[in-house]
Parts: sequence; structure tokens; C-alpha cells
Amino acid sequence: MSLGPHAAYIIAAYGITFGVIAALIAWVVADHRRQRRILADLERRGVTRRSANIRPTPIEGTA
Amino acid sequence: MALIDFANPTRFLKLVDRVLPWLAGATALAFAVALVQVYGAPDDYQQGATVKIMFLHVPAAWLAMFCWALMSIAAIGTLVFRHPLADVAAKTAAPLGAAFTFICLATGSLWGRPMWGAYWVWDARLTSVLVLFIMYLGLLALWRSVDDPSRAGRAAAILTLVGAINLPIIKFSVDWWNTLHQGSSVVRLDGPAIHPSILMPLLTMAVAFTLLFITLHLATMRNEVLRRRVRSLRLLQAQAAPGA
Repeated sequence: MSLGPHAAYIIAAYGITFGVIAALIAWVVADHRRQRRILADLERRGVTRRSANIRPTPIEGTA
Repeated sequence: MALIDFANPTRFLKLVDRVLPWLAGATALAFAVALVQVYGAPDDYQQGATVKIMFLHVPAAWLAMFCWALMSIAAIGTLVFRHPLADVAAKTAAPLGAAFTFICLATGSLWGRPMWGAYWVWDARLTSVLVLFIMYLGLLALWRSVDDPSRAGRAAAILTLVGAINLPIIKFSVDWWNTLHQGSSVVRLDGPAIHPSILMPLLTMAVAFTLLFITLHLATMRNEVLRRRVRSLRLLQAQAAPGA
């Protein structure tokens, strides 16, 4: 496939597009992992969605 | 299960977890087919190989506008029906819309240089799409500047509905004003004005872009529901802390 005299513009357009799409996918995946990690950390410390189940986080040295 | 049941964020999360792998697979497949078709598409008799930029530029432009239209529907859901997922849908569509608008502007600029002799001209179509991009950035800034998601959601919904007036301006700018940008060649009353050998890859790429948008939107909505859950838990934790 020959892209002719304007190949640089065509390659740049595809490069930018797939670069932006790759960045979007990476951001979404990283954000999902971050939120899951924070939720797991909160649940491990006893903070759950039912306020009755909340156990205050033990303060270091007193637990 | 009725559609209204998915208004429940927990049910919504379960649904997204189930459908997301299938959607991601369908998106990858659609892009693979589209790229093969783009590779085999002939050059345009006037524009040569630069017509290959159209296969990215046009779907990105469609999605840039579709995304704002979706946000406007979600804005009505926020303001009128107070649907629990409406402002989640609007908030998470904004960065995706901004990204597709950026792709539209960047690829259009790279297409314009060899065809028009300029990366940018201040004509009605280009300027109205640039305004759309700035409005997306404004919405993102608004969401970040208000801490309470429900207050931010209402303010953003009003701004979104006001900004929707730009959509017909973008669509009809090439008819209302004398612009350098070409007129509509796919969605026309007398049918598409593009040869099928170029139209088919364009439509397949549009399907691939749309599937990508749906996949990313559902994924970002899931992230936002989790983020709000984290926020609620932190508030509960702060209330339960000794001395609170």
C-alpha cells in the first residue's frame, strides 16, 4: 500500500488516534484497579456500606 | 428483569461486569475488520491516499456530537427524573467526548494541511467543533471544582443542556455559512455521495468507534460508581471516628 506524498500526515493521524485510544484504555483500567484497591482496603479495616457495621480503625499502638 | 432495575447501582455493576468482556472483544474485532477494509480501500480520485484520514476523522466527529447528545439526555434524567445513574452517565461521558473531539480536530487538521494548504482555518464548522471541545473541558473543570457529586451533577446538567444548542450549529454550519469544510456526504436525503468501496470501511470504522465508546463509557461509569462508594465509606468512617 502506497500512501503517496502525504504519508506523514496519514501516519500522524493514525498515530494520534490510536495513541489517544490507548491512553483512554490505560486510564480506565488504572482507575478501576485503584478504586477496587481502595474499597478492599476500607473493607479490610471494617468500613462497610452498613453504618452499623463500622468498626473504628484501630489506632496504632492501642489496638 | 425490567430496565428500571438497572437504576440500582449494585445491579448495574453486576451487569457491567458481565457484558464488558464481550463488548471489549466485539470492539477489538470490529477494529480489526475496519483496519483490513481501510487497508484495501482505494485512493480518492481527488484527495489520493489522504482519504484514509477520513476513516478516523468522521467517526470521531460523529461520536463527539453523539456524546454531547447522550449527556443532554442524561442531564434531563438528572434534573427531571433524578435518576441515580444519570449524572454518573453524564460525568463519565465528558472525558470520552473530549477525547473524540480532540481526535476529530487533530485528524481534521492533519487532513486540512495537504488538502487546503492550512492546518487550521476559522470557518464555521471548525470553529463550532473547537467550541464543543472547549465546552467539554469546561464541564470537566466544573465537575472537578464542586466536591459534592449531586450538586456538581445539577450544575453540569444545566450547562450541558445550554451547550446542546451547539449541536445543530455544528451539523448545519456547512449549509448555513460558506465554509471551506465539505458538506455532508453520508447522511443526506438523496443517499450517500461516497462510492461503496470507501463508504463500507467508513461505516465499519464508525461501528468500531461506537462499540469502543459504549465499552469505555460502561467501564468509566463502573469506576465512577465505585468512586462514589469509596466517598460514602470515607464519610461514614469520618463520622464513626472518635470525637466526630
